[in-house]
Order: sequence, then structure tokens, then C-alpha cells
Amino acid sequence: MKGQTVEPPAKPARAAKAEWQLRLYVAGATAKSVAALANLRKLCEEHLAGRYEIEVIDLLVNPKLAAGDQILAVPTLVRKFPEPIRKIIGDLSNEERVLVGLDIKAVAR
Amino acid sequence: MKQNTKKGVRSGANGNAAVASVLDASPGEPVPKAPSGIDGLDEITAGGLPRGRPSLVIGGPGCGKTMLAAEFIVQGATRYGEPGVFMMFEETADELVANVRSLGFDLDGLVRDGRVAIDYVRVERAEIEETGQYDLEGLFIRLAHAVESVGAKRVALDTLEALFSGLSDHAVLRAELRRLFRWLKDRGLTAMITAERGAETLTRYGLEEYVADCVILLDHRVVDQVSTRRLRIVKYRGSPHGTNEYPFLIGVNGILVLPITSLRLDHGAPVERLESGVRELDAMLGGKGFFRNSAILVSGAPGTGKSSLAARIAEAACQRGERVLFLSYEESASQLARNMRSIGIDLERWTKKGMLEILASRPTLQGLEQHLVLMFDAVRAFRPSIVVVDPISNLTLHSEDAGLKPMLMRLIDFLKQSHVTAVYTNLVGDDETSIAETQLGVSSLMDSWLLLSNIAAEGERTRALQIVKSRGMPHSNLVREFVFSDRGLEIVDVVLDEARRPLTGRRRAGAQADAGNGRRARGSAAVARRKA
Repeated sequence: MKGQTVEPPAKPARAAKAEWQLRLYVAGATAKSVAALANLRKLCEEHLAGRYEIEVIDLLVNPKLAAGDQILAVPTLVRKFPEPIRKIIGDLSNEERVLVGLDIKAVAR
Repeated sequence: MKQNTKKGVRSGANGNAAVASVLDASPGEPVPKAPSGIDGLDEITAGGLPRGRPSLVIGGPGCGKTMLAAEFIVQGATRYGEPGVFMMFEETADELVANVRSLGFDLDGLVRDGRVAIDYVRVERAEIEETGQYDLEGLFIRLAHAVESVGAKRVALDTLEALFSGLSDHAVLRAELRRLFRWLKDRGLTAMITAERGAETLTRYGLEEYVADCVILLDHRVVDQVSTRRLRIVKYRGSPHGTNEYPFLIGVNGILVLPITSLRLDHGAPVERLESGVRELDAMLGGKGFFRNSAILVSGAPGTGKSSLAARIAEAACQRGERVLFLSYEESASQLARNMRSIGIDLERWTKKGMLEILASRPTLQGLEQHLVLMFDAVRAFRPSIVVVDPISNLTLHSEDAGLKPMLMRLIDFLKQSHVTAVYTNLVGDDETSIAETQLGVSSLMDSWLLLSNIAAEGERTRALQIVKSRGMPHSNLVREFVFSDRGLEIVDVVLDEARRPLTGRRRAGAQADAGNGRRARGSAAVARRKA
């Protein structure tokens, strides 16, 4: 069910699951969601190049999916994998906090 | 707004307002209302919550906010054909379903039928990192989705304030809440929003700023080791409402707000009469007895025969084929039956036939309100035509209890609305002042008031009965003697002595014998004259 909701904007088509699976919930193409996606891509390319997968879910299209990940605020970034699940809300403009939130630094360095 | 054309508005007072649009209800027009379906609440709000608008329910922990909101949704879906959405922030769906099952509501079933949607929104500060700008569109989308999925007309949000502890940017949150309330109004959703009570403001986070139409305050306190929940309408824009604190209970049939009637005195006044079972008493009451559906007070000192008179009224009703509920607070059922048998009143026969139900209990063990609810349930279940409360003075340990009079008022109202004739006995002292003082302020609520008293003179104690009042009928102003004989209860004329004081008992019998002899003497004289 989740697979059908994928909007693959920059997702490399791969059979194997990526090491980092990120899901970004947005509600339409608002300034905040556009900014969040841009910030996220930039950050992933810098720190997780080739090891990540971003799934963007537009709740205006798939409102049902909001409940599953307990989405309240948008944009919300959910780190599905590696576990445990983490959530970051906002336009992800503070790179430092996103890295801390995703616990990326430790992995990258 | 579209729901206004549906049959949802059933409260008679606002039926005409149902066609008017919710949002352009100008001042002066009655506010359209959505009945909550909660017993008592619709009476004190004169029809229910403001239709198409949010109402705020405030209370501390354990006050029953969630239950009130849940019943609002369940009643809407089951009784008023208005599907609802229950969005909660503190309990999970399973917990809620389990909790409302204790009220006898099958929330699960309603969800399966597509009449109610439940969404549990979990807000866990520890799991959420915030960076940059965001809004709560996700919440709106979930709510909109739930509303659409069942075609909801009602929404409950319990407790929205959990968001404040889950999100740190309160400026955004407040802006979003304002948008949320606007959103609910724009869709014409009748909403109930619960909030924690605050120390200085009404709610902890000042939600009352956003909800201006109707604010209900719930309270839970313990007085004399008895806990009572109370409900008060703090504000209801554009509508009259009861302003008192009303006790409410969470019982097996949902929430019950007392009183049953508060703003109106509109019970019918039948002219049909009810024979008391004591022929002479009926004669004193305009020759026909009490009015049906009236409230009758029998007060008197210990041993004056209050219970006996009440039992006779009950027995007579059973003999006519009517059902009687006897609430006994002094004697157990078997004790009562035995004692009444001694004066020729056979109660057991009628309990066996199922015509008479004797409920003996000690009401002081529970709170008054709790007790009142038990009475209500008993009356609803047994459907008697007469209810005896023996005595009302036992409903409270201390007669200065401020709660007793309002409670009795509720009881009297309830019994009148249930088309029941009620007989209340009341224990009072024997002297004039204590009689006036210990009527518990209830005599004004009564339609008929019989006063029984002891007369002690010349080594003999006898009983006297007088009718202090009996509204709407001519009634005797004479003090009569009240006798228990082997023929049951009797009322006999009192003979006055030379000083115009009533003679009772043996002295009366003696005087009557003298008078009788005199009459006979005169009679024989007349016969003699005729013969002559």
C-alpha cells in the first residue's frame, strides 16, 4: 500500500532497499514543502550520497496516509530506516538540527 | 451549513431556526441548536449545543470530559442521525471504546457501521525534532478525511491541549488553532472541544479565547466524603441557559445531568382524582381525594401514622390495579409488611403479585445525587402510578443540608413529569415551631399537605389529622381524629368541649355517647310528637 504512494522525484530506481529510507510528508506544493524537499536533497547528497531513498507523500492526494505515521504537522520528515523511527517537522532549514535529528553525523564521519 | 436542511434539529424551541443558515444567524434570532442527547444537558441549555459551532468543555482530570464528548458523538450518531468524528490526543481508540462501553455505548459498532470515525493523534515530544517553519495541515487533512469518510455533522476533539505539550512553537500552534476553529465553523460542524482547567485562566492554555459561543465547566469535588460531579454553563452566547451548578452522574446509561427540568415548569395538571383509600379523607379533600400526578406531603411527629397512611394509599392503589413503588428508608421491606399487617394492611399480597415494589435502603450511604439516580432508574423500570418516599427527612443525615431542597425539587419534577402521584412522608417534631422549621423548605413544592399530630390529654394519646393545604380543590379546615381500628384507618369527627377544644379518644367517645343519647332522646321525642 505504501509503495503505491511513492512520488519518485529523485529516487534512483533500485531493486534493493536503500540503507537510509526517508519519507517526507507534505500538503501540496507550498513554499514550506518545496523548501523542505530542496533542503533534504541537498543534505542527503552531501552526507548520504548513494545510500538513501526519499519518498514524498502528498497528503492532499493521499489523506489516509497521515494517520499511519501519526502526521500532524507538515512538512514532516520521517526516518523509516535505520530504526528507530524519527520525526523532524518543519522546512528543514537548519541543517545542523536535521543532522542531529536524523542521527547522521555519527554515521557519516 | 448543508446539514440544516436535514432533520437533525428536533428541539421544538428551535425548529424554526433550523432552516436559517448557521453563520448568518443575526442577533435576536434564536441560536440554532444541536441536541446533545445527554439527559439534562439539553434542558439546561434550552435545546442543546450551538449548531455548527464549537463548544468548549473544561474540567480537571477525572471530571468526565471525555465521557461527555463521547456521549455527544454517540447520541448524535444513534438518536439524531448525525454521524460524528472523535479525534483524541490522549487515549487510543481501543481505550476509548473500552471506556464508553461502561456507559453502555457500542462505539465499535458505530465505527463498523460508518456512523462514527475515530482518529487517535499521538503527540510525543520526545519523538519530534523541530526545525524551520511548519503548520498543522496534517491535522486538518486527517480531520477532513475523517469527516468525509462518515459524512460527519459532529466533531469531538479530546484534548486539543495535548498539542501544547507536544509542540514547542506555541505561536504557530495558536495561529493554527484559530484556523481550526474557523475551519470547523465554515463546515458547519457542531464541535465539542475539551480542555484542562487552568489555574488562572479558564483553561490551561487559554483556549476560551477561540471558542466564544458555549463554554461548559465540569467539576469534581468531595464534600463530607461524598464525591459529586457538577456541571455549569459558564457562557452560552445568544441563548438563555441555566446558570446554576448542576450535579451530574456517569451511570450505566450514560451521563445524567440533574435536574431533569430546570428552566420550565410545564408538567401537565390533570384534573383526574386519586382516592386515598381512606373514605373520610377523600371527603375532606373536596369529596374526591387527591389530584393525580400531584405531590402529597404527609408530615408528623414520630408515631402519628405517617407510614401507615402512606401504606394505605399504596394498598388502595394496588387494589385498583395500579402499580406502586414504595421507597422505604426506615424499615426493611419485611419489617414494613409485618407492621402494616398489624393494622390490617396487607402489602405482601401485592408485592407477590408484582403490583408493589418496596425498595428499602439507607440513602445517606450514597450521595444524594447518586440516590436520586437510583430512584429515577427504579421509576423508569417499574413504571408505577404512585411512588411513596418514606420519609424524605431520611434522605440526609443533617436536615440543614443545602443540597436537599434542590434535590427534592428535582425528584418532585421528575415524578410529575413521569405522571406519577408522589406521597412524601416527613418526620417533624411535635410542637408548632419545629413543624414549620423542619419542613425542609419543601412544603411550598407540595400540592397537598397533611399534618399528623399527637394529642395527649387525660392520660391518653390520640392522633389528629388536618389538611394544611390542598391546592386547587375545596378542602376541610377541620382537625379530625385519625384512628387505627380493626377496620383499618379511619378518620372521625372531633368533638369540641365547652372551651371549644377538640376532644379525642375516650373523651370524644364519651362526648359522642352523650350527644348520641341526646339525639336519641330528641328523636324519640319527635316520634312521640308525631304519634301524638
